[in-house]
Amino acid sequence: MEKCTGCGLCEKACPFGAIKIVDKIAVIGDECTLCGACVDQCNLDAISIQRKKYIDVDLSQYQNVWIVVEIKDGKVRNVSFELLGKALELADELKQDPCTLLIGSNVKRFIQDFSNRGAKKIYIAEHEALKDYHTETYSSIITGIISKYKPNIVLYPATISGRDLAPRVAATLELGLTADCTGLSIQNGLLLQTRPAFGGNIMADIICPITRPQMATVRPNVMEMASIKGNDNAEIIDIPVKVDLQNLKIKTKEIINAPTSVCGPPVCEADIIVSGGRGVGCKENFKFLEDLANVFKGAVGASRAAVDLGWIPKSQQVGQSGTTVSPKIYIACGISGTIQHLVGMKSSDVIIAINKDPNAPIFDVANYGIVGDLKTVVPLLTEALRKRLQNNN
Amino acid sequence: MNFDETMRFIVCVKQVPDTTEVKIDPQTNTLIREGVPSILNPFDQFALEEAIKIKQEDDEIIVISMGPPQAKMALLKCLALGADKAILLSDKAFAGADTWATSYTLTQCIKKIGGFNIIFCGLQAIDGDTAQVGPEIAAQLDIPQITYVENIEKVEGKKLEAKVQTDDGYKIVEAKLPVLITGITPSSFEPTNPPMMSIMKANKKPFSTWTIDDIGGSSDNYGLNGSLTEVIKVYSPPARQQGVIIDVEEPEAAVQKLIELLSKDKVI
Repeated sequence: MEKCTGCGLCEKACPFGAIKIVDKIAVIGDECTLCGACVDQCNLDAISIQRKKYIDVDLSQYQNVWIVVEIKDGKVRNVSFELLGKALELADELKQDPCTLLIGSNVKRFIQDFSNRGAKKIYIAEHEALKDYHTETYSSIITGIISKYKPNIVLYPATISGRDLAPRVAATLELGLTADCTGLSIQNGLLLQTRPAFGGNIMADIICPITRPQMATVRPNVMEMASIKGNDNAEIIDIPVKVDLQNLKIKTKEIINAPTSVCGPPVCEADIIVSGGRGVGCKENFKFLEDLANVFKGAVGASRAAVDLGWIPKSQQVGQSGTTVSPKIYIACGISGTIQHLVGMKSSDVIIAINKDPNAPIFDVANYGIVGDLKTVVPLLTEALRKRLQNNN
Repeated sequence: MNFDETMRFIVCVKQVPDTTEVKIDPQTNTLIREGVPSILNPFDQFALEEAIKIKQEDDEIIVISMGPPQAKMALLKCLALGADKAILLSDKAFAGADTWATSYTLTQCIKKIGGFNIIFCGLQAIDGDTAQVGPEIAAQLDIPQITYVENIEKVEGKKLEAKVQTDDGYKIVEAKLPVLITGITPSSFEPTNPPMMSIMKANKKPFSTWTIDDIGGSSDNYGLNGSLTEVIKVYSPPARQQGVIIDVEEPEAAVQKLIELLSKDKVI
């Protein structure tokens, strides 16, 4: 405290309003959550956070960088190859092996997809009863596999099932877990996990110093997919699994698939998303957006307003209560840009907004914008882009 | 309490800064925290409202929250909305908790409360956005979990039926109780405020503050000491560059201009 000059930098930095400058000295109140935002701001090393130091834990027996593959409708989801791309990089840095865990039914047919993309070891947990994701079966099997094989790092997709599975596994094994990471790297031998928080308004770098494996869920469409290299010499480890479906406490009674054929790929996996909001006007006008999305083989997304009006299924909703997306191009049509929507799409590489209202908040985050009626602008844009892309080929 | 005839629901809630009110200082690219109100996490309110919806006359709803003393405000709102009892877990030892330490603290509290039939958690907290605490509580209590629940269809006997969001629509699942559910998205995102009468009544409902002494265990397992992850740096994301907004009379001209810009910048 004697180092503090009352400069006030920490007061401004505190996301929780817990610091007040009283008599030229920073006083930290009860609101403090020990988030550490102030520690980084202080130029004078006047603030520190004391935490218990762990010693005598042998972490060196935990080796290799694993990914948990997600299979849906008999296909490997792209996010799995993105995880592998990152795992190759991390494993290389650590001089450890990139490993893949294939769990599901009839998954051996996917071995080559991962071995020729660079996985060194492929673990197989195959059983007919694992055809569909189920929290109880998947988490108990993965928990057992982690305990036995002791990976150093395990990456999961931050998808609906990945975000159900990973915390279940983490808490069962008493492991740290970082949610929805958008960046991963190695720093001082540890996995440095970067994620947005506070509705995307701040970024946090997080480590997991004392437990192994270090685990994270990773946002789809952010990491580069591992490319096919052609080397095909991964070691295959077949893990015998038993599944008892009779005693499951949760059973699926009925599956109601929304008609997504018109909407293209799932929004979390699409490189290009054309999204519509209240300004689209009616369900039929979504046709304009579909046409535009088709030019790129992109997906059709929507704001909450459009979903609530029943114009488009909930599975296509982008935003805080829908899916968070990071496509290469996000085209927002007739979306005003509520904070809840912006949270879900503002990490897109390029944002194009089309809106009648020049003051719509969506224009604040857009790289490009057109002020105008989407019913006129979108068809013109579709035509112009179609021509342009044809010329490119 | 006889759980054969009546039910007990526990709803886990969090007081959060209203992230929709957060502004960025354009000069320093940092958060302007001044004047940002603390609110009941909207997703937790939606979960509470679902519990209230399925509650029968003799059922009991207990809301629990870990937080600083002022988090009492969030719990009072829950009582005003219709919860029967509230417990605030407040202790210096709880501060700095990551999702593991938070779920451990809430689990200790739930064990102390005793029996329950359904635990409700909101989809996620709007400040952390992790959605991890719910499944982590379920794992520690060793009960099944259903995440991304859209709504509860019905509760009958020792079973619950829920509509659950999937990647391409919905599924209907049936779970044996006890169960923990997370999710619940409402028809409107704007959380409602309870009427004045209910707020007055809320002050008379049972409210307790529990410390580490009430839920037991070593202080090494709570808060910062009990956390398995460590935040080493917090910073502002790079600011987006000011975009080009085309505001011209002719839509054809606007589209042409946009195509030119996209080509020039190698977007297409």
